[in-house]
Amino acid sequence: MSGVPDSRPSFFKEPCATRVVASCCAYDVQSVRFRYQSKESARSTWILDDLSFQVTEGEVLGIVGPNGSGKTSLLKLLARLASPQQGGITLFGRDLTGMTQDDIARVVGVVPQDTSQLFPFTVAETVLMGRFPHRPRNRWGSGLGWESGEDVAIAEDAMRTMDVVHLARRAVTDLSGGERQRTMIARALAQTPQVLLLDEPTAFLDLQHQVEIGSVFCRLKDERGLTVILISHDLNLVSQYCDRLLLLAEGQVVRLGTPDEVIEPMVLEQVYRCQVLVDRHPTSGVPRVTLPGRKTIGNE
Amino acid sequence: MNLPSATGSPRSCADRPSPEQGSAPSARGSLVQGSILTRSRLILILGPLSLTAVAVSLVCLHFGAQPIAYGELLRVFVGIMTGDQPDADGGAADITRTILLQIRLPRVLLGFLVGCSLASVGVVLQALLRNPLADPYVLGVSSGAALGAAVGVLCGAGTTFLAEAALPACGFAGGIAALGIVYRMASSSERLPIHSLLLTGVIVNAIFSALIMFITSILDPNRSYGMMAWLMGTLTSPTYSGLVGVVAYLSISLLLLFRQMRALNILALGEDAARSLGVDTERAKRSIFILTALVTGAVVSVSGMIGFIGMVVPHAVRLAIGADHRLLLPASALAGGTFLMGADTLARTLIAPTEIPVGIITALAGGPFFVYLLLWRKDRLT
Repeated sequence: MSGVPDSRPSFFKEPCATRVVASCCAYDVQSVRFRYQSKESARSTWILDDLSFQVTEGEVLGIVGPNGSGKTSLLKLLARLASPQQGGITLFGRDLTGMTQDDIARVVGVVPQDTSQLFPFTVAETVLMGRFPHRPRNRWGSGLGWESGEDVAIAEDAMRTMDVVHLARRAVTDLSGGERQRTMIARALAQTPQVLLLDEPTAFLDLQHQVEIGSVFCRLKDERGLTVILISHDLNLVSQYCDRLLLLAEGQVVRLGTPDEVIEPMVLEQVYRCQVLVDRHPTSGVPRVTLPGRKTIGNE
Repeated sequence: MNLPSATGSPRSCADRPSPEQGSAPSARGSLVQGSILTRSRLILILGPLSLTAVAVSLVCLHFGAQPIAYGELLRVFVGIMTGDQPDADGGAADITRTILLQIRLPRVLLGFLVGCSLASVGVVLQALLRNPLADPYVLGVSSGAALGAAVGVLCGAGTTFLAEAALPACGFAGGIAALGIVYRMASSSERLPIHSLLLTGVIVNAIFSALIMFITSILDPNRSYGMMAWLMGTLTSPTYSGLVGVVAYLSISLLLLFRQMRALNILALGEDAARSLGVDTERAKRSIFILTALVTGAVVSVSGMIGFIGMVVPHAVRLAIGADHRLLLPASALAGGTFLMGADTLARTLIAPTEIPVGIITALAGGPFFVYLLLWRKDRLT
């Protein structure tokens, strides 16, 4: 990679308030096993089976794998929306089970796969909700809990980053899928997190916003040391923007490494059970995956 | 930086395309102006709503079997405030004063408070259950309270309906019992999933309603008429000591609910989103749920089953002013109180001296609005 100096103005003026002591590991996942609890499935197979890996602080990690491989479950464990039955997860050296929901929310921002909304909050209101984990404590008037000017400024920055400023007054229920997705990412950014977890953040985005979002993650990573963990089915996108990829299949890690190490035809064919062509991106040189066409040129 | 094995160091992104940087944040505060709730907006909306509530209450005090002139109203209130107590000489002014202070005012106040409570609980339950059709009755607490009171009547507590304090107590006990059952069934698993809560409420409601109908059918006609009227929702003029108790109880419960306004915004986003934004959802759900049940139980005990306010008022207010609960909750409370005061005045004057159960008025007024929502504002319901 060529090291072109970054002369762009610093993006987030706000320093990350709750910065945890520098550590090599954002996440340390140790032999985690997980399955959803229900009476019928008490003997069911593990969704995630003996998973161990580490996430470096300040990297963009892409989680890829076929449907049902446990990607979303893994993200839920990392956000502690679910807890593993076995094994442990630490976040910047702290055991995840020992943290309160507030503690986690000040460090980890989550963008869910399903961004559908029921109540007509405006986009600005929605993004401002990202400041909730940073609300002042122990005040009788916590029902009102007015956001400070600083909160508003941070939310505006997040809205600018995700290009939703012009939507500020619109109700989230009236937005298109892509606009809503950007709003949700802005809300997560407003949490000023150190880790961003995203479940298919580009699923509804057009080309322009896909490119932008990739660049935004990279910029936040460079400027604020943000760790980004994202699930995607778009192998070309993750190959372009992720430092490392975690390839899951049937609840187990198949490969963990740079896109070069993970995106190999043999591996992908084995995991996805279909033929793919892997070559190089003409300008960036990262691996590029192409689905085989119906006709092969020059082979009539 | 120490890196785990088998990784390259994180790549620099400096060589990657970057979108435009956006304008310099010089115009801070102006970007989201008008799209978020501010103190001034809160006052701008709640102020007029409060004034409307006062104005409507005066109109409600004016109307009745014997209208009381507005001048007379003011004279009595000014008299009270200045401590100028006229002698009980038994004259016309004294009768007016008695009607106003002993009969009409407590009833109007009770109507306002019941309306406030129903609308507030409606707002809270809609957010908590993420169901725009939720209302105070959906959890089965109201049927529980009604069943408790019905059992009280069956056992002979109170020959004239609601004449004795035992009946509200019975109703309240029933409401709490229903809450216990619903909560126990729904929380049999580790967490408290919202859809199972909703389903349990529906089932408990159905069973309790059947039991109430059974009791009504075996009561003697006189008492079963009183019970029917109460089930349809009826406000009566409470004694001041009773009113003070209800006011104190409901105000404290509502204040505790109002403390959760900002958390309600987050809870309305859904459970996972709320947790990832730092809300301890299980704890919040428990406390809010118990508070709503306490309010509902008390309201049903004093006024029976007044429907639609809890569902329609929050909807209408949300359409008008948006979804932020810091404004929605107090505004709905004021609107619900005002609405029920007005509806009750209609109930007692439309075909006076016969009183219509106010639940019928609220259903007749609220039903069409609900149809309007369903037919023309489907987008707001889903």
